Amino acid sequence: MNKPNPVPSKVAARPNRALRWLTGLPLAMAAGALAAESITVVSWGGSYARACVEAYHKAFTAETGIEVLLEDYNGGLAQVRAQVDAGAVHWDVVDLEMADGKLACDEGIIEPIDSAQLPPGLNGEAPMDDYMPGAVSECGPGALFYSTIYAYNTRYIQGSPPTTIEDFFDLEKFPGRRGMRRSPLANLEFALMADGVPLDQVYAVLDTEAGLERAFRKLDSIKDQVVWWEAGAQPPQMLADGEVLMSTAYNGRIFNAQVLERQPFVIVWDGQVLDIDGPLAIVSGTSRLEAARQFVRFANRPTSMAYVSKYISYSPTRESAKALVDKHWETGIDMAPHMPTAPENMKRALQSDWRWWSDHRDEMNERFSAWLIR
Amino acid sequence: MQLRGPRATAVALTLPLLAFIGLSFVAPLGTLLSKSAYEPNVANILPRTLAALDGWDGDGLPPEAAFASLAEELPKARQERTLVRVAGPVNRLKSGMRRVLTRTARQVEKAEYAGSWRETLIGINPAWQEPDTWLAIQAAGARFTLRHYLQALDLERRPDGGIGLRSEESRIYMPLLWRTLLVSLGVTLLCLAIGYPIAHLIATSPPKRSNLLLLMVLVPFWTSLLVRTTAWIVLLQRQGVINSLLVALGITPDSERLEMIYNMTGTFTAMTHVLLPFMVLPLYSVMRSIPPTHMAAAASLGANPVQGFMRVYLPQTLPGIGAGGLLVFILAIGYYITPALVGGRSGQLISNMIAYHVQTSLNWGLAAALSSILLVAVIGLYLIYSRLIGIDRMRLG
Repeated sequence: MNKPNPVPSKVAARPNRALRWLTGLPLAMAAGALAAESITVVSWGGSYARACVEAYHKAFTAETGIEVLLEDYNGGLAQVRAQVDAGAVHWDVVDLEMADGKLACDEGIIEPIDSAQLPPGLNGEAPMDDYMPGAVSECGPGALFYSTIYAYNTRYIQGSPPTTIEDFFDLEKFPGRRGMRRSPLANLEFALMADGVPLDQVYAVLDTEAGLERAFRKLDSIKDQVVWWEAGAQPPQMLADGEVLMSTAYNGRIFNAQVLERQPFVIVWDGQVLDIDGPLAIVSGTSRLEAARQFVRFANRPTSMAYVSKYISYSPTRESAKALVDKHWETGIDMAPHMPTAPENMKRALQSDWRWWSDHRDEMNERFSAWLIR
Repeated sequence: MQLRGPRATAVALTLPLLAFIGLSFVAPLGTLLSKSAYEPNVANILPRTLAALDGWDGDGLPPEAAFASLAEELPKARQERTLVRVAGPVNRLKSGMRRVLTRTARQVEKAEYAGSWRETLIGINPAWQEPDTWLAIQAAGARFTLRHYLQALDLERRPDGGIGLRSEESRIYMPLLWRTLLVSLGVTLLCLAIGYPIAHLIATSPPKRSNLLLLMVLVPFWTSLLVRTTAWIVLLQRQGVINSLLVALGITPDSERLEMIYNMTGTFTAMTHVLLPFMVLPLYSVMRSIPPTHMAAAASLGANPVQGFMRVYLPQTLPGIGAGGLLVFILAIGYYITPALVGGRSGQLISNMIAYHVQTSLNWGLAAALSSILLVAVIGLYLIYSRLIGIDRMRLG
């Protein structure tokens, strides 16, 4: 570069400098990419993913220097299975459903997480004493409680509103389209509850062929009116547009539409299916195993969990984190009454049996998709 | 034939293209289609178990050697992360086997040896004492299989070895294939009905106007498929533009807004719009080459406009109709994003099932079998077309 320029004019020097810029820039960018380690974290998109980013992705990057790349998915194990099978793992951490977590762990496609090795509780409790019973599987702990409920938009339902899960299936009283998740999960439970099966017998009934037929028969009764959704962000949109009269949804998504977008939505808690999200699973065969482990440990801190609850109405699975849940970050609303676990919302709540689902997930998926196209 | 000089150069120049087609089209297509009948995974991962099952005819329990080999090969597969490849196919033959295999693989190492591997495995999971379990593994172990084709055609192998139709409620693929063909045919006819006058107008307008009209056909053609599909959702939905307009004009009451989307109406509307340019462009190019004097000559010989159109103009546009129709029909058969977004339940076409089996159920064998059947259907139609109209007469513009 110090060689004397053979054409010492300003005109000739200019393209030279531009050239240096052009060649230097990609090099600098490549060097930057090498310096900053990054992991790919796959979550459920929309307002939930945003809550996680604000609550702990940013703090994690600030503390460790490891960048978090976020991708969306809509649940299921297909992509994880395909990546592990092909030996081309580019997802490092996946936010699984509890039932899928158990299934994936049995198949050996995720790294087991020893819950006892996770960060202690706020007051130094041993992790295993801090997680609520039922929220820990042998493959890792769940991250939060969420609920599948149904909701409606008061702009389109005037007069006497629906109040029970039976109303969701009642096309005579409430004619109009229904939104439901394109998955058997929670839908089979809704159908049986609406068909009069007591809460404590739902899974016993589902365990029999006759019970399954009963659930699908109940779904049959509204099938022609159902618009199926896949991403959690869809139901609030469909409700806002009036495309459906009521829709099942994740409670946090409806909450966010209520408080942030001022949508006149109402959640019907009757017959809610309370479930646990998580574990945050590390995909087997990732080349960034240590960074992924660091991330999972960070996400399981009581503070990380509690901060998620400041952005979306899902409640933490650790006892000591519960104390930190208070007000909504942006609007200052008290979060407690919006949580699926709040006593007034739990009057008729079914605790999803993720062990039953991990045993039957594949069969139910197949049966459901065959039923869907008939 | 001698290859020298310019001719050799010309052939050499096409080699990169041939290599590209071979690598990017023939090879992947062939690999995928071969999966419809060739499934070596189970045979490769559980070779000794399958060897021990060889000769066992499903009567009573298999020999101890089969239990012992399985107890060794399953945990090994789990460690090498190949268990998924076994669990999927076996599970498809016997529901619930994924769970049995994966749990057994996990627990067999920790399990206490109960004197024989038979007792040990049955102790872990009682499914191992059912001959059906082993028959499923044996069947999945066959490297060559026709079961994906049977399933794709809604057939099944009867216990006595014969082949018969599946029970009414599990027949899903043939009705779907028919629905796909009918929807594609309907969309093709709609495109023709709408596209023919448009193409005629463009071909016969003065250059300035025809350029503008052509641009109006091409701009949507260049717009992303998803944008156009979403635009239809905005227009057609219950609270959408068209419904709101109808309500505002007092044509329909607010409580009885039209259901124009998430049903067949939505599928036909959006697909016809998306595929229309593929009909208009070939028609336009053919019509432009028909001299306007032909119609004038027909009129001077005493034909009325209808006769002139039917006997002079229409026959000359047949190559364009054929080309456009074939293009639209073949594209329509493979469409699945648009119908899935706007068609609701009726928007489920055969390609949706192929995508489902590729992406979600990971049953690539069945997906490949369905694709092959679709391919055969398209080739069949193509042959019929070339018989009736002649492929050399097709004009793509």
